Amino acid sequence: MPEDVEALVQFDDVSTQFGDLWALRDVSFGLRKSETRIIFGAAGSGKTTLLKAAIGLIQPDSGKICLFGEEITNRSEHALFALRAKAGMLFQESALFDSLTVRENVEYPLRNQQSETPLTEEEMEGRVREALRFVELEHTLDKLPSELSGGMRRRVGIARAIVTEPPLVLYDSPTAGLDPITANTIMALIAKERDVRQTASLIVTHRFQDGELMANFRYDAGTEELVPVPESGGDSTERALTKFFVMKEGEIVFSGSREQLDQATDPYVRRFAKH
Amino acid sequence: MLSFLKDLIASFQEFVFVAGRAFQNIFRRPHYYGDVLIQMDIIGFGSLTIVMLTGFFSGAIIALQMSRALNTYGAASQVGSIVSLTLVRELGPVLTALLVAGRNASGIASELGSMKVTEQIDAMRALGTDPVQKLITPRLTATAVMLPLLTVIADAIGLVGAYLVSVPLLGLLTGSEYWSSSWQVLVYNDLAQGLIKPFIFGIIIALVGCFYGMRTSGGTQGVGHATTQAVVASSIWIFFVALLIDKIFVNL
Repeated sequence: MPEDVEALVQFDDVSTQFGDLWALRDVSFGLRKSETRIIFGAAGSGKTTLLKAAIGLIQPDSGKICLFGEEITNRSEHALFALRAKAGMLFQESALFDSLTVRENVEYPLRNQQSETPLTEEEMEGRVREALRFVELEHTLDKLPSELSGGMRRRVGIARAIVTEPPLVLYDSPTAGLDPITANTIMALIAKERDVRQTASLIVTHRFQDGELMANFRYDAGTEELVPVPESGGDSTERALTKFFVMKEGEIVFSGSREQLDQATDPYVRRFAKH
Repeated sequence: MLSFLKDLIASFQEFVFVAGRAFQNIFRRPHYYGDVLIQMDIIGFGSLTIVMLTGFFSGAIIALQMSRALNTYGAASQVGSIVSLTLVRELGPVLTALLVAGRNASGIASELGSMKVTEQIDAMRALGTDPVQKLITPRLTATAVMLPLLTVIADAIGLVGAYLVSVPLLGLLTGSEYWSSSWQVLVYNDLAQGLIKPFIFGIIIALVGCFYGMRTSGGTQGVGHATTQAVVASSIWIFFVALLIDKIFVNL
């Protein structure tokens, strides 16, 4: 991706501390359209803080963060709402509103943006159904989140994150605590979203397989399945667009491609590489 | 000791900040009228039975206790005036507020606390909604409107309870004597006190409940802790503010 394309998210020397612990330490990177960053790291290494800082849910102590080209650092909370709503985010435990039905949860971002993007009730219903069809959960429209399994809640969370067709989606541990089959289903949906809409994605995960899937597979609209990407990829392939970060004590200690991650010699970084 | 004081001041500062934003949002779009009505139903109608029962028994007990004391001075016929003054000025607002604090400050703190620990508050922020606007302001409006209404009902039912004890049960005075003395003794100052107090108590209950709910951390244990803190803090604030208002009105 050429450097002159404006970054959807840009971190410049961002640092923040919680007490004596570094949550982010001199973090700098940019994420452009269609790009994916897989963020690995041990618990407490600052992965979730990085995601939350990207949309201004946490304000860093120093450095500059730009979201959709606008600086969000030190902006008032009120000034951030409209900008944040343009990005989608899947939280670790889905964070569905438990007093609302699946329909109301997925509809929520659309209703929230009614003043900017007015939709009729029919259009809204169509968008909600489309998003739920995307995650294969159209039949759960009138259920409450408590009636769904963990994997289904995660999928509804994805539907809520993508219903407004945002150019940027952040995924916080989308496969944590799920069985391998459900985890693969979730990652396949994330890859599908990336390839269908050319969404930029920041994905925090513990599972090496999640990164493998994002780097090595793409969604084929014809067969409606994930297919392996060819080994000899050019600049525009999923492999080139997918980069890996490894975080340790708030710092990005590794940044590179899947191949570079596999060849890393640092024992901490190697914990997240294919053995 | 120093760090304790520092934490206390920081908490108070945070509370004032949240309260300021909640008040500011009353005049700011978007307005969540549907949420205000839902909260009015939960806080107002939901507390009606317990408030009525408490009002009734308070009135009856005051009448019973006062009748004995007043008999000593041969002033048993004044029971209506005493009950009326006590209930309207002090016991009605304070008892109703304490009940609503126990029932709703805890409810608000646990609901918002659960939302906080399950990241629903962050999700709301991420989706572009101000949690103060969506969650705190409707609860603040609903409690500030409903608590004075509940207090008026508690006062009225309390007077009925006192009537049943002093007229049919003890035969201290006639019904018309009771009602006219309990009505005539009240002046505008008493009514103003009786309505201003629950209005301010309502604001305290909602803000304290929301504040402790929104700063919950540490999973389900944290939710329990926030709930307890909300009830304790709002009860103490209710007594403190009651004393303050009494002091102001006594001097008027």
